[in-house]
Amino acid sequence: MTAAAPTATPPLSPIATPFEPALARRKLTGTLFYGACLAAIGILLLALAILLFDVLSRGLPWLDLQFLTGVPSRRPAQAGVLPALVGSLEIGLIVGLITFPIGVAAAIYFTEYARDTRLNRLLQTNISNLAGVPSIIYGILGLAVFVRLLQLGPTVMAASLTLTLLILPIVIIASIEAIRAVPSAQREGAYALGATRWQMVRRSVFPAAAPGIMTGIILAMARAIGEAAPLILIGGLGFVTFLPSPFSAGYTVLPLQIFDWAKRPQDDFASISSAAIIVILVLMLLLNGLALVVRARLSRHIQW
Amino acid sequence: MTAPPIVLTRRRPLSERIIESALFLSAVLGVLTTAGIILVLAAQTFEFFFEVSPIEFLTGTKWSAAIRPYAFGILPLVSGTLLVAGIAMIVAVPLGLLSAILLADYASPRVRTIVKPMLETIAGIPTIVFGFFAINFLAPQILQPLLGKSNIGTFSALSGGIVVGLLVTPLIASISEDAMRAVPRGMREGAYAMGATKFEVVRKVVLPAAVSGIMASIILAMSRAIGETMAVSLAVGDKPQLTFDPTESVQTMTSFIAQIAIGETAQGSIQFKSLFAVGAALFVITLVLNLISGWVVRRFRTVY
Repeated sequence: MTAAAPTATPPLSPIATPFEPALARRKLTGTLFYGACLAAIGILLLALAILLFDVLSRGLPWLDLQFLTGVPSRRPAQAGVLPALVGSLEIGLIVGLITFPIGVAAAIYFTEYARDTRLNRLLQTNISNLAGVPSIIYGILGLAVFVRLLQLGPTVMAASLTLTLLILPIVIIASIEAIRAVPSAQREGAYALGATRWQMVRRSVFPAAAPGIMTGIILAMARAIGEAAPLILIGGLGFVTFLPSPFSAGYTVLPLQIFDWAKRPQDDFASISSAAIIVILVLMLLLNGLALVVRARLSRHIQW
Repeated sequence: MTAPPIVLTRRRPLSERIIESALFLSAVLGVLTTAGIILVLAAQTFEFFFEVSPIEFLTGTKWSAAIRPYAFGILPLVSGTLLVAGIAMIVAVPLGLLSAILLADYASPRVRTIVKPMLETIAGIPTIVFGFFAINFLAPQILQPLLGKSNIGTFSALSGGIVVGLLVTPLIASISEDAMRAVPRGMREGAYAMGATKFEVVRKVVLPAAVSGIMASIILAMSRAIGETMAVSLAVGDKPQLTFDPTESVQTMTSFIAQIAIGETAQGSIQFKSLFAVGAALFVITLVLNLISGWVVRRFRTVY
C-alpha cells in the first residue's frame, strides 16, 4: 500500500489479481505433496513388509527345536543356533549388568552434581561425540585394550566390555533425559525434609526417573545384542560348537552367525541364515516388550 | 522441655564426598574411552606410516592389501564409502523428510500410531538383516531383473546404498520430526490466518524454522551411513576400486576393516597395521561430520 502513489491510483490493488485464480493450483500442489508424503511412508512400509515376508518365508520351515538346540554344522540341515544364541544372551546380560551402575552414576553426576564448569561441559560434549563414533572403531579399541593389553583374549568378557563402552554414551544420554524430566519440586521436597544430596538422589530422584532409565538400559541391551561389527575384531566370528563361558576363548553371537551363513553361496545356508534372523528378531521383540512391562510396573506409583 | 540442639556442620559428611567422587569417576570413563581410541589409532597408524608414506596413503589411487604388489592408497576405499553413503542419502533424505512432515503436520493420531512404531521397528532391526536382504532379495530379485544380470551383480554399491538408506531413514525422520514439532503452533496459525494452504505452511514456515534440526539429522545420518559395517560388508562385495559407478562392486573403509579382521592376517603385518590407518581415517571423517552437525544445531537454531 505504501507503493500507491498519491496521484493516479490503479483500479485494483496489485496483489489481488495473482491471489484468487491460483487457489485451485495451490490446493492441487498441496494435495500432490500430501500424496508424496503418503508414498514415502508407503515405500517404507512396503520395504519392511517385503523384508519380513522374505525372511519368514525362507526361515520358518527351518526353524524347529533341532535348530534352536543344535550346534553349527557343515550340513545346513543339521546346523543349529544354540551357541550363538547363548553367546548373545550372555553378552547382553553382562553388558546390562556393567552398564547399569556406570551409566546411571555418570548421568546422576551430570544432572545432580556437576556445576557448570568448563571441565563438566567438556565431559558432556565428549559423551555426545562418542555416541557418533562408528561401532567398528570400538572394535579396534577393544582389540587393543581388552583382548591384548588386559590379556582377556577372544572371549565373551572382552566382547561384553567392548560393547559396554559402545552403548554407555547412549545409556548416559537416555538416563540424563529421564532424570531431567523429574520435577524440581521432588528435589526441593527432599531437601526440605533435611535430606543430604545423595539421600535426595537415592530416595527421591532415582525412583522417579527409574522407568525412563530402565527402558533406556533394556533398549541398549537390545542394541548390544544386535550390534556385531566390533565383535568381528574381538574374534566373534568363529565356528563354535560349544556353549561359550565368559572367560574362555571362543564364542560367537547371533548377528555374526547370520553373517557367516549368509556369506555362503549355497541356498540352504541362506535359509538357515533366515531362521537365525527370525530368532534374533524375536529376541528384539521380547526385549522391547520387557522394556514396556518394566516401564509400566515402575511408573505405577509415580504421580506428578 | 527444651528440644535437643540441632548441630549444623559446614563440612559435608565423608560418605557424601566419597559418593560424589565415585559418580565423577563414572562420568570420566567417557574421556578415557576417547583417549583410548585416539591413542590406539594414532600409535598403530604411526607405525604404518613407517612403511607407507602418509602422502601415498592419502593420495594413492590403488588399494591392494591382499594381492601383490601391495598398494595402500586409500582413495578407492574413500570413494567406495562415499558412493554407498551418497546413494543411501538419495534414498533416506526424501523418505525420512517426507515421513517427518507427515508425522509432524499431516498425520491424524490414527496414522501416527501406525507410522511411528513402524519407523521404530526399522530402527531396531539389526543391520546385518539389511545386508542379508540386499544380497538375497534386493540384488537378485529387484535390481538384476530391472537392470539386467550382465549389468549388475549380487554385490554392488547400489544395493548396499539402498539398504543403508533404509536403515538410516528412521534417524532422519525422528530427529527432523522433533525439530518440526518444536516449531510453535502460533507460527503455523499465523500463516493459516494469512490464507496459506497446509503445504505453504509446511514449506514457508515449518521447514525454514526447523532447518537446523533437519540439517543436523541429515549430517548424522550421513555419518551413520559412512560408519555402517555389517550391512555394507555383505552387500557391496570386497573389490576396492576408484569408481562412481553404482552398479560396480566396491569396498568401503568399514568393510575393509571387517575383511582384514575376519581373515587370518598376522598381527604386526603391514595389512594388519593398515586396518588401524583406515580406522583412523574413518574416525576423523565421522568426527568431523558429527562436529559439523553439532555446530549447525548451535549456529542455526531459532529459539522461540
